[in-house]
Amino acid sequence: MPENLYENLFEVKNLIKYFKTGKGIVHAVDGVSFTIKPGKTLGIVGESGCGKSTTGRCIIRLIEPTSGEIIYKGRDICKISKAEMTKARKEIQIIFQDPYSSLNPRKTVSQIISEPLLHNRIIDRGDKDKLESRILELMETVGLAERLFNSYPHELDGGRRQRIGIARAISMQPDFIVCDEPVSALDVSIQAQILNLLKRLQTELGLTFIFITHNLSVVNYFADDIAVMYLGQVVEKAPAEELFDNPLHPYTKALLSAILVPETGKKRNRVMLHGEPSSPIDPPAGCRFSKRCNFHVSALCVPRDPPLVEISQNHYVACHCIERQ
Amino acid sequence: MAEETTIDRVDDSEEFLLEVKNLTVHYVLETERVEAVNDISFSLKKGRTIGLVGETGAGKTTAALSILNLVPGPLGVIESGEIVLSGNNVLKLSPKQLEKIRGKDVSMIFQDPMTSLNPVMTVGDQIAESVKLHEKVNNAAAYRRAMEMLELVGIPGMRASEYPHQFSGGMKQRVVIAIALACNPKLLIADEPTTALDVTIQAQVLDMIGQLKEKFGTAIVMITHDLGVVAEICDEVAVMYAGKIVESGTLDDVFNHTTHPYTEGLFYSIPKINNKKASLVPIPGLMPDPTKLPKGCAFAPRCAYAFEECSADKLSLRKINQTHSVLCRAYDNPDFHLNLKEGHNNA
Amino acid sequence: MSGNDAATLSVSKRYKKQSALGEIWHRLKRNKGAVMGLVIFFIFVIIALYSSFFVDYNTQVTAIDPSNAYKPPSSEHFFGTDNMGRDLFYRVLYGTRYSLVIGLFSVGFALVVGIILGSIAGFYGGRTEDIIMRASDILASIPGLLLGMCIVTVLGTNLFNLVFAVGVHSIPEFIRVTRGSVLLVRNQEFVESATAIGYGSLKTLFTQVVPNGLSPIIVTYTCRIGSAIIEAASLSFLGFGVPVPTPEWGALISDGRNYLRMAPFLTYFPGIFIMIAVLAFNILGDGLRDALDPKLKR
Repeated sequence: MPENLYENLFEVKNLIKYFKTGKGIVHAVDGVSFTIKPGKTLGIVGESGCGKSTTGRCIIRLIEPTSGEIIYKGRDICKISKAEMTKARKEIQIIFQDPYSSLNPRKTVSQIISEPLLHNRIIDRGDKDKLESRILELMETVGLAERLFNSYPHELDGGRRQRIGIARAISMQPDFIVCDEPVSALDVSIQAQILNLLKRLQTELGLTFIFITHNLSVVNYFADDIAVMYLGQVVEKAPAEELFDNPLHPYTKALLSAILVPETGKKRNRVMLHGEPSSPIDPPAGCRFSKRCNFHVSALCVPRDPPLVEISQNHYVACHCIERQ
Repeated sequence: MAEETTIDRVDDSEEFLLEVKNLTVHYVLETERVEAVNDISFSLKKGRTIGLVGETGAGKTTAALSILNLVPGPLGVIESGEIVLSGNNVLKLSPKQLEKIRGKDVSMIFQDPMTSLNPVMTVGDQIAESVKLHEKVNNAAAYRRAMEMLELVGIPGMRASEYPHQFSGGMKQRVVIAIALACNPKLLIADEPTTALDVTIQAQVLDMIGQLKEKFGTAIVMITHDLGVVAEICDEVAVMYAGKIVESGTLDDVFNHTTHPYTEGLFYSIPKINNKKASLVPIPGLMPDPTKLPKGCAFAPRCAYAFEECSADKLSLRKINQTHSVLCRAYDNPDFHLNLKEGHNNA
Repeated sequence: MSGNDAATLSVSKRYKKQSALGEIWHRLKRNKGAVMGLVIFFIFVIIALYSSFFVDYNTQVTAIDPSNAYKPPSSEHFFGTDNMGRDLFYRVLYGTRYSLVIGLFSVGFALVVGIILGSIAGFYGGRTEDIIMRASDILASIPGLLLGMCIVTVLGTNLFNLVFAVGVHSIPEFIRVTRGSVLLVRNQEFVESATAIGYGSLKTLFTQVVPNGLSPIIVTYTCRIGSAIIEAASLSFLGFGVPVPTPEWGALISDGRNYLRMAPFLTYFPGIFIMIAVLAFNILGDGLRDALDPKLKR
């Protein structure tokens, strides 16, 4: 497989996305860098408005980034020609959060799955038999019954709709899929079905994932590496187990301790954060978390942004006070 | 017939604040009948918190709305049952009497704080209004109370003169809670109060609800799909599936001595935070269509333990002990137990 | 379970089900007003298509017979005769085709132009949107009748020009409606999903966005036909419509106006027909609104 030639399937360097609004410039993504190895899953965690979805969409150029490099298989996909980008599109796909608005309500299940095949001329429009058998094959892969072939999305529940979205995403045999909160709209019992499906597909098809979520238990189950985002910046990045066992950034600590565990008699001492995230519109320089930080709000935190430093093997933290802790 | 599920009967001297007996609520549509709540019973003592847990469509919100006789008519019909709130049967009260009870004795908070606040009124006025509605106080006193309430939920009293859009989501939910608690109700019904909030904010709000509960001795019916929220704040749990309470008991009963296969399935579906290797065991299939509920156990088609008789006829609630009951036929066999592998909860 | 053998070739047919159109028809059927509107519309269509078979244009519709003038309605002449002794019943029947053609085609023309401009404005936004919307505002600010009169004066009086003149006035409304519904659909995730599989923006716009915003446009189309018929009749009444002796309804009223005292029926009957047609299209439009968007009714 050609992707094995590259140590990193994706390499994102200093990704920035600003939105101009009436009130000022929203720093949605502000200098995010990370790498993803082939076949691995990077989890991006954060609360609403931290820029995790925008990051996911920028990487596959659904949103044009303001600046930064996105190197996919050794080439910056922001700089390649239109024809090359069309080719690259087939290899990088996305699964959306909302199974209700991510499917065209006027198309049937089979039409939705066939669109990418026909548009990219993977299967000729005239070859009805081949198209039909490919659709059925995909439906079986994601666990959709054959009888839903001509159903409309509104006739199905959230879990089945999400399966349609997955079938569509894998129809072009991509290498890489951005999963943008794929299970947060689903009930727990269905959520587990979809998570297991995604995990199975990853092994069977050799996929690389970016898994964006606000749910820490889900990301722990799913990801190899985890990046924690706060107000447009990555504050901590580490292998999943390391992050859960040894969180270093004060925000990560608070986030982990805020998880509600369905177990009795486990009243841990919770790191309670005061206040709420400040506005991402024209944020002042310095650590963005300092206003809510329980630890060290010192003169050190304010004047400049904390850099993301490697503290131990593969464990990166952006905090001025990290040594002092 | 389902017998009355009495929870925590150890101390019989204490009166129940709320008793729901054999409640059945259906939505009657043109061509079909949605069996939202089917013959459920539970009760709640003063100052206790019960968690109604279940997935979308389990009927937990409908059950809660019935407590205030707020089931949206004309489609929603309370077919049968009794709801006794501090000695009064809510379903027999006149609209006037009901209005008095709502807000004063019982108040309710909803999932979405955005839609429960009036966008063109300051939050202070909104709290004061609910105070004036139920207590004979003048404007100034009501407003003073509003500011006190805001302080109590962790918002500076000076912000009483601001409008809802000036608050963030977590703050709005605090305001909603302040309104709900302004008249010091005996019972608070909270419908997914933290679902729309971020994790860190959710922790703040739950923490605050816990403190207020201690302070005022308010009983709470907590409706949620999140077992984590239940573990955090509830004393008792009732697990709902397809309009029925399938298992109920104290927190310890349900979490550490799980008896119903559905409850077990729920626990297995949640990724463990401290055990990455534990694989997820989803419940196969989907919840049955509430317009076509099976005759016997509604969970049988998805249940790993199901045997033939499960889908046969009506089942009745079985008591495991004083506080713990389960709706499952498998326990007819005295040797039956769930095979909770490695123990979902061996903490 | 497996779906790879020859037996599955007809899967799409095996699970055939009621189409979206069928569902809309099913809902429309339950609305009595809409069904009545539809029936009247079909009657008009039949009259328009077949009137030339049982009415002869040269001998019955336009032939002058002064000795027969101003006959009141009778069993011989259902609607009476006009100042030149022509049977009004035949003339009104024959006129149906003009009013219908003007109504359907003028608004149809506006619909096509409106959808293209409106969807581009809504989808692309920015400068493009500003230019299209301001131009549309300017067009909308000119009184319809005045605009129609100017166009007909410049281009000359014939049926085609009348259709064009009436149509132009409807364009801004279609731009507005299309833009509005495109804005609603544009931000849904399935639109993004189309980009992700490689669709270009125009293909996304016309295969994903516009089909989902079509309902309000169809409703506007139906409701607008009524006003187009009135507008065309007004232009004809003022003498800017089809040339004499074409029996367009508005022109018939205009002719009858001079004899309002001695033969009021000359204006009544074409007037009643205009009313019925407009009413039919309006209640049909209302019914379609409910049938296309069942959420609105609740």
